[in-house]
Amino acid sequence: MYQYDQYDQQLVDERVAQFRDQTRRYLAGELSDDEFRPLRLHNGLYIQRHAPMLRVAIPYGLLSSRQLRKLAEIARRFDKGYAHFTTRQNIQFNWPALEQVPEILAELATVEMHAIQTSGSCIRNITSDPFAGVAGDEVIDPRPWCEILRQWSTFHPEFTFLPRKFKIAVNGALEDRAVIRAHDIGLELQRDESGETGFRVLVGGGLGRTPIIGEEIASFVPWQHILTYCEAILRVYNRYGRRDNLYKARIKILVKALGIEAFREQVEAEWAHLKNGPSTLTEAELARVAGHFVDPAYQVLPSVDRDFERRQADSKAFSAWVNRNVRAHKKPGYAIVTLSTKHHRIAPGDVTAEQMDQVAAWADEYSFGELRVTHEQNLVLADVRQADLFALWQQARDAGLATPNIGLVTDIISCPGGDFCNLANAKSIPIANAIQARFDDLDYLHDIGEIEINISGCMNACGHHHVGHIGILGVDKNGQEWYQVTIGGSQGNDTTLGKVIGPSFSASEMPDVVEQLITTYLARRHADERFIDTVRRIGTAPFKQDVYADRQPQRKVANA
Amino acid sequence: MPEIIKNGRIVSDDWQVITLPEGETAATIALPAGRVIVPLAVWQTRREALAARIDLGEIGVWLDGTEDPLAIAADLARLPVVAIRFPKFSDGRGYSSAVLLRQRLGFGREMRAIGDVLRDQFNYLKRCGFDALQPAEGRYSRPQLEAAIASLNDFSQPYQASVADPKPLFGRLSRAA
Ligand code: SF4
Repeated sequence: MYQYDQYDQQLVDERVAQFRDQTRRYLAGELSDDEFRPLRLHNGLYIQRHAPMLRVAIPYGLLSSRQLRKLAEIARRFDKGYAHFTTRQNIQFNWPALEQVPEILAELATVEMHAIQTSGSCIRNITSDPFAGVAGDEVIDPRPWCEILRQWSTFHPEFTFLPRKFKIAVNGALEDRAVIRAHDIGLELQRDESGETGFRVLVGGGLGRTPIIGEEIASFVPWQHILTYCEAILRVYNRYGRRDNLYKARIKILVKALGIEAFREQVEAEWAHLKNGPSTLTEAELARVAGHFVDPAYQVLPSVDRDFERRQADSKAFSAWVNRNVRAHKKPGYAIVTLSTKHHRIAPGDVTAEQMDQVAAWADEYSFGELRVTHEQNLVLADVRQADLFALWQQARDAGLATPNIGLVTDIISCPGGDFCNLANAKSIPIANAIQARFDDLDYLHDIGEIEINISGCMNACGHHHVGHIGILGVDKNGQEWYQVTIGGSQGNDTTLGKVIGPSFSASEMPDVVEQLITTYLARRHADERFIDTVRRIGTAPFKQDVYADRQPQRKVANA
Repeated sequence: MPEIIKNGRIVSDDWQVITLPEGETAATIALPAGRVIVPLAVWQTRREALAARIDLGEIGVWLDGTEDPLAIAADLARLPVVAIRFPKFSDGRGYSSAVLLRQRLGFGREMRAIGDVLRDQFNYLKRCGFDALQPAEGRYSRPQLEAAIASLNDFSQPYQASVADPKPLFGRLSRAA
């Protein structure tokens, strides 16, 4: 993974010094709340329901074991011994004290980490494919590009006070695992006929209050020009994006208002001035950054390990875990392991300091000292030898990180919701846990097959509910917590937004509702059909009918 | 005389920034003697009438966040100073206006940030080409303003190319692989 040179380190150190002084001036009354707010948000610091919340950047989801140990240490020293992995591949601490945040940032800087631009109206952490560099369907490794974009977007002098937050995702594989269609800019790495690297550029996607699928603004931008092209998009947005209404300030609203054609024209006109300018990337810079992402020292191994096969035959539990949580690797004899954080007694994405230390140890022992965070809030060890899987599984099981449920009902994506977040209409974690508890039976779980349930506590959609096969959104009705259900959403190459099935439900009804949706699916599915495929084939009506059939019509439609 | 930061130093400044109070119009507002920075609307309506003072170098123009720098492209040779107003420090349009003035239009004289100008943005402002920074009157005491100068250099080697750093870090310095 990328290693800082003296300049990267200096910037992060300077940032710590800057924020230390800003915090001091704030506490001394020299900075008003209004003046301090964007400064702390640019360092990931929210003032939340119980205490401040600090969001630390995990650039494109990549972590070293050393960094994870530092996060564990911070969780112990400054927090309550755990932290929360987010749907944007970052990590959040829920209980740090404001006065201590500069100290936490200084600790992070010692392991090449920071909380820069993890919040606020600026370019946020770049997100990407958690299987980058190891997936068989990869066309071009996105990681060097993510790092190049990270550097370009860090403290960009022109684009630090945008109308609203700005999210960029990069995908380099055939299957889109970075949800690029739901980002302000989505970049898809491609090769043209001559084999040159470039990007298909999507713009104006996003979930939130007004979910919109991104549209193509450029079919191929050669790699040398990607920074100037992004700069052109950002400049048009910075100048013309709405600043009068928070809810209309994202770039998607500007793109919709102008239409993609007119927006493209403006961007191209701007780009004409920037193209071939000083920000044009060089072979040397690309080679320098890409040099950090070469393959680790893989061993030459047989494509199937005998012992591994035998273990699977011997242990149903191990083989269930392998089937769900282990993916094929591009190198023979290696595997990609997803450690599940999903369990009905903990919040999705929550990991204790002790677990972090354990995962760090496994990363060192089995996976070249590195790991990744997925936007589904799980952790990935990307380079494990098949021969090590059984040992890893045993340890992960003891640590509570081996639930064999990746991609299944209980692998729920959930935002922190009303338990932690100020903006929430409703709680999301207890809903996730109640559904997970309902589907505790593993055989049943596996029979249901692949399904994605996403929960957000409000329309800001941090839990990506629009693109869940089943999406659950917390809504407020006269001060009470209700839940609106959508079905048919999906992420990936065919990203679609789910449709609302009808009036919303109370918290206690939610496990029944989900179970009913699944019963309908099981009754109507064709062989080998996933939940989402059945919804697509038969539409939402049969699901709606069954869910509402034996429910009192006492509810009114909550605000959509 | 108010004090501003010019090229990294505190200087006394005799430019008066003229705003249009309610009830006044660009055509009628009285302009005091001496050096004045007028709103774009005043410049556009009274350019001819002010010709003599313009020739003396007494007239500058300020732009609001919504006003396009291209509107004064043809006038830049006659302007000793262009100011860009930040209605709120968190309204970032002025950064793009500044970059356009410097890079697209080649404006080389004083470019001044006025309005809600705070030390925590000094480094970004400098990199976008502002050489003069005028925090709102009374926002900083003299010692605070002196301390604020350090913020100009919050980041000593930024990644990006900008007005202040014509090359990005990768073109400016050699970075070991
Ligand atoms: S979706 Fe709403 S409730 Fe959930 S974390 Fe985001 S802002 Fe908070």
